Amino acid sequence: MTMLQTSAPAPTGTVRGPRPARRGAVIATAVGVLLVAAPLVLGAYPVSMMTRMLAFAVLVLSVDLLTGVTGMPTLGQAAYFGVGAYTAALVGVHVTSDGAVQAAAALAAGLVAAAATGWVAVRARGIVFLMLTLAIGESVHQLADTWSAVGGSNGLAGMPPISVFGAALPAAGFVYWWVLAVAALVFAAVALVARSPYGRTLRGIRDNEARMRALGYRPALARFGVYCLAGAVAGVGGALWAAQARFVSPGDLGFEVAALALLSVVIGGSGSLWGPCLGAALVLLVRDSLSAYVGGHGALVLGVVFVAVVFLMPRGLAGLARSRRKEVRS
Amino acid sequence: MDTYLVSVLNGLAMGSLLFAIALGLSLVFGMMDVLNLAHGAVYLVGAYVAVALLGDGGGPAAFVAAVLTAAAAGAALGGALAAMTRAAPHHLDQALLTLGVALVVAELLTVAFGSDVHSLPAPVPVDGGVRILGETYPVYRLLVIAFGVVLAIAVHRLVERGPLGAVIRAAVADRAMVAALGVNTGRVLVGVFAAGAALAAVGGVLAGPILGAQPGLDEKVLLLALVVVVVGGLGSVRGALLGAVLIGQVQALGVALLPEYASFLLFAAMAAVLLVRPAGLLPAAAGVRA
Repeated sequence: MTMLQTSAPAPTGTVRGPRPARRGAVIATAVGVLLVAAPLVLGAYPVSMMTRMLAFAVLVLSVDLLTGVTGMPTLGQAAYFGVGAYTAALVGVHVTSDGAVQAAAALAAGLVAAAATGWVAVRARGIVFLMLTLAIGESVHQLADTWSAVGGSNGLAGMPPISVFGAALPAAGFVYWWVLAVAALVFAAVALVARSPYGRTLRGIRDNEARMRALGYRPALARFGVYCLAGAVAGVGGALWAAQARFVSPGDLGFEVAALALLSVVIGGSGSLWGPCLGAALVLLVRDSLSAYVGGHGALVLGVVFVAVVFLMPRGLAGLARSRRKEVRS
Repeated sequence: MDTYLVSVLNGLAMGSLLFAIALGLSLVFGMMDVLNLAHGAVYLVGAYVAVALLGDGGGPAAFVAAVLTAAAAGAALGGALAAMTRAAPHHLDQALLTLGVALVVAELLTVAFGSDVHSLPAPVPVDGGVRILGETYPVYRLLVIAFGVVLAIAVHRLVERGPLGAVIRAAVADRAMVAALGVNTGRVLVGVFAAGAALAAVGGVLAGPILGAQPGLDEKVLLLALVVVVVGGLGSVRGALLGAVLIGQVQALGVALLPEYASFLLFAAMAAVLLVRPAGLLPAAAGVRA
C-alpha cells in the first residue's frame, strides 16, 4: 500500500492540517472571482485571449490526465481536440447554434475517435506510446488537411455565433462566461476522476504497473479507459475553441498544438491539475502576445522555452511551489 | 497497368528516401530510448541546403557540394542533440528538448528562406526521362532507388557484419553491458546520432527534386519516418528497410488512388501491422530490457 501513498502527487491541504487547506480555498475563490469578473473590466482582445486560454487549458487537462496522472506522455491529444472542434463547427453550421449541443456532440466525437484509435497506442509504454500518439495525431492532422468534406487546408468557416439554452449571446464576454462555465465543469470532473479510486488505480499504474497487475487490477483496460476519457475531455476543449474562434483549420490540431499542450503540462508540473492550467495560459500568452514583440517569431521563443524548461524547472510550477512549501516547513 | 508501374516505382523511390531518413531515428531510439522529434527538422535543413545551392539548377558538382554540406550540417545538429539529450535524464525531458530544437530550427529556416513553397529541378545530366514499358519515367527517381539499394547494402555490411556494427548492435541490445566491457558507449551514441542526422539531411537534399521544400514538410516527414520505424520494429536496420519499402508503397498507392485519404491509409497500415505484431515486423533482437 506504500505505493499508493507515495504516488499521490501534490500533497493536498488535508494532509498538512487546516491552515494551508484554508489558504488553498481562499486562493481558489479569489482566482474564480477574478476569472468571472474579467470581462467586466477588460477589453475585447484580452477577453478573447482568455477564452482561448480556457479552451486550451481543457486540452491541457486531458494531456495531464494521461501524462501526469497515468504516466503516458502523449502528443496525440490535439487530434481529439481537433475532432471536437470540427464536430462542433459542423453541428454549428448544419444543425444548431446551441453551445451545449455542440459541446455534447464534440464530447461524444472525441470519445469515439479516441476509442477507435487508442487501442493501437495503449498497449505501448512510455516513449513508444508517445511515438504512437504522435503518429495518430499527425495522421488525423493530415486527414483534416486533405479531406474536402471538412474544408481541407482552407479550414471550416461560416460557423454562426453560439447560443446558450436557446438564447443568443449578446456580446463576446458572454461567450467567455460560457467557456469558463464549461471549463470549470470539466476541471471539476477531471479532479473528481483523479481523486476517485479509479484515479488512484491510474497513479498505481504510473508508478508500478507490474505490481498493480499482481494486485488484480487490469492495467490495459484502465489505460484504455483513461485514453477514451481524455479523448472526450479534449473534444470538449475543441468545442470551446470553436465556440470562440468560429473557424477551425487543420493548424488547430497540428504538431505545434500537441507540443504546446505537452509543454504546458511540463511547465505546470505534471500530475497537479492547476499547474498545467496555469502553464496553458502562459504558453498561449507567449505564443500569441509575445510573438508580436519578436517580429512574429513566437515559435522561436517557444523553442527556447522548451529547452529552458527542461534544464531550469524540471518539475514545473507546481514543483516550484511544492519545494518552496517544503523549505518553509523545514 | 502502366500507371501501377509508375506508382510502384514512385513507391520504391519514396522507400529509398524513407530508409535514409528513418534509419537514424530507429537506431537512436533503439540505443538510448530517445525519440528524436527534431529528426524532421534535420531533414528540412537538408532540403533547404538543396534550395540554397541548387535552387537555379546545378550540375553534378553543385549537387555533391549540397550533399556534403547537408551531411556536415546534419552531423553537427545530431551531435548537438546527442549532447543535449544526454544531459537530460528523463525521457519526457528528452522529447521536449528535441521538440524545442525542432521548433527553433524550423522557425530559423522560415526566417531565412521565407514561407514559400520551393520546388527544385533535378541536377542537370539526369533531369530527363527514360522510357520503361511505354511510360516515361524521370531518370532522377531511378537514381534515388539505386541510392537506396546501395545504402541498404552498405549499412547492412557495416552494421550486420563489421566490428563497429557489432558494437552498435550490442549497444542497442544492452548498453550497460557494452559499457561494462570497456567500450565508450557515449562516443558510439554520439556517433550514431550524428550519422543518423547526417543521413536524414542527405535524404532532404535527395528528396529536394521530388518533394521540394516548404514549412511544415518537417512534420510530414517525421510522421512518415515514425510510421516506418513503428511498422519495421524499433532499433533494427532490416526493420527500417522493410518498413520504408512498405510505407513507400502504401504512400505512393494512396496518393495515386485515394489522395484525400492517403494519411488514413498510412494509419490503417500501421494499425494493421501493430495488431498482428505489436513490436513491429522485424524488431531488434531483444536484449535485457527494463
